[in-house]
Amino acid sequence: MSLCLQARQLACERDDRWLFEGLDLDIHRGEIVRIEGPNGSGKTTLLKILSGQLSDYHGDIYWNGDSMREVREHFLANLLYLGHAPGVKAGLTPLENLTWYQALSGDQGNDCQREEALAQVGLSGFEDVPAGQLSAGQQRRVALARLTLTQRALWVLDEPFTAIDRHGVAALEAQLVAHANAGGCVLVTTHHELAESPVLRRVQLG
Amino acid sequence: MSMHAPSGGLMVAVSATFKRDLTLLLRRRGEVLNPLVFFALVITLFPIGISPDPQLLAEIAPGLLWVAALLAALLSLDSLFRSDYDDGSLEQLLLAPQPLAALSLAKVAVHWLLTGLPLALMAPILGIMLALPAGSYLILALSLALGTASLSLIGAIGAALTVGLARGGVLLSLLVLPLYIPVLIFGAGAVQAAILGDGIAAHIAILGALLAISLMLAPWAIAASLRISING
Repeated sequence: MSLCLQARQLACERDDRWLFEGLDLDIHRGEIVRIEGPNGSGKTTLLKILSGQLSDYHGDIYWNGDSMREVREHFLANLLYLGHAPGVKAGLTPLENLTWYQALSGDQGNDCQREEALAQVGLSGFEDVPAGQLSAGQQRRVALARLTLTQRALWVLDEPFTAIDRHGVAALEAQLVAHANAGGCVLVTTHHELAESPVLRRVQLG
Repeated sequence: MSMHAPSGGLMVAVSATFKRDLTLLLRRRGEVLNPLVFFALVITLFPIGISPDPQLLAEIAPGLLWVAALLAALLSLDSLFRSDYDDGSLEQLLLAPQPLAALSLAKVAVHWLLTGLPLALMAPILGIMLALPAGSYLILALSLALGTASLSLIGAIGAALTVGLARGGVLLSLLVLPLYIPVLIFGAGAVQAAILGDGIAAHIAILGALLAISLMLAPWAIAASLRISING
C-alpha cells in the first residue's frame, strides 16, 4: 500500500504576514523529512497543518492521493503526532498516561506492552510514579514511549529532542532511522543536528 | 510498515477517557470540593443576611438553592478543558481517530458525576437550613440531578469555546448564563410546585426534555467548539 503525504501550493498567513507561500512538499515511505528554518518561520504551524490540526491555510493536502479533508479518519488512524507540549498528565502515572493513549486508538493493550515501552525509553522503575514528579526530560520520554507502543506509519514530531539527554538523543535518532527503513515516514522539526543518512531529506522554510 | 484502517474501538476509547478524568479529579479533591463548599457557604449566609424567620426563608428557599447550585456548577466549568489544553493532551484528544463528540461526552459525564450529582445530594441538607417545607426534599434533589446534567452539557460548550483564552472565566459566564435560564426556571419551579402541592410531573418532564435535547446537541457543539479553539 502506498504511503504519501503531499502538499500543493501550501500557504499560511499569520497576522498579515505570509509564513510560507507556494510550498510543494512530497513525503513518501522510507523518508525522514526535516523542516528547517529560524524561529518564527512557521515550522510548528506547518506541522500542525500537515497533521490536520489547523484548517486556515491555502492550498491542498493529499493523503495517498485523496484530499485530506475527505480521508481524515483514515489519515488520523495512521498518524502519531507529538507536539511542543508532551501531552503527559502530571496527575497520572506513566503507565496510566500510556493506557489512555493506547485506548484512544481503540486498543486496550496490556501492562506488559506498556512496561516494555517504558523500559525502552529508560523509564523502568518509574512506571507508578506520578508524572508530575518526573523531570521534564522524563516526561518527554513518556510521550516518546508512544512511538514504540502505537504502530503508526506517519510520525509528525515537533522538537522531539527537547530536554532529552545525549544518550536519549542518539537512541531516538536511531529509532527514527529504523522507522524510515521499516517503511514508515517521519516529519520532524528540531534544532538538534541530525546525523547524515540516506533517508534524511531537508526542507527549508523562511 | 502497514497502513491501518480506522479500527473502531470507540467504547474502549470512551471508557478509558471516562476513567482517566475520574482518576484525575479524584486525585485533586480540592477541585471537587470547591463548588460544594461554595454552595454551602452561600446558603449558610442567607439566613444570616436576610432573616432567620422560617416562613420567609421557606418561601425563597427553592429559588435560592437552585441559584446557588447553578453558580457553583458554573464555577467549576472553567477547569473542564483547561488543564488538558495546557499540557497538550487536548490536541492529542482532537487527533484521536475517534469521534470527538463521544470523547467529550465522557469528559462531561465525569464533570456531572463529581459536581452536579454531589450538589444535588447536598441540597436537601442545606434545605433544612432554609426551613424548606417537608415533602419537597426529594424533588429538590431530583430536579437538581436532572438540571445539573443539562448545565454541565451546556456549560461545556462555553468551556470549550473559551479554553484558548487566557481569562475566559467571565466570558464563559456571559456565554452560558442565558442558556441556563430555562433550566433554572423549571428546576426551581418543580420545587415550588412540590411545596404548593401542585403536580410536579410537568416540570420534571420539561427538565428531562431539556436534558434530552442537550444530550443530543451539546456533544457536537462541544466538539466543534474545541476545534475552533485549537484553530485559533
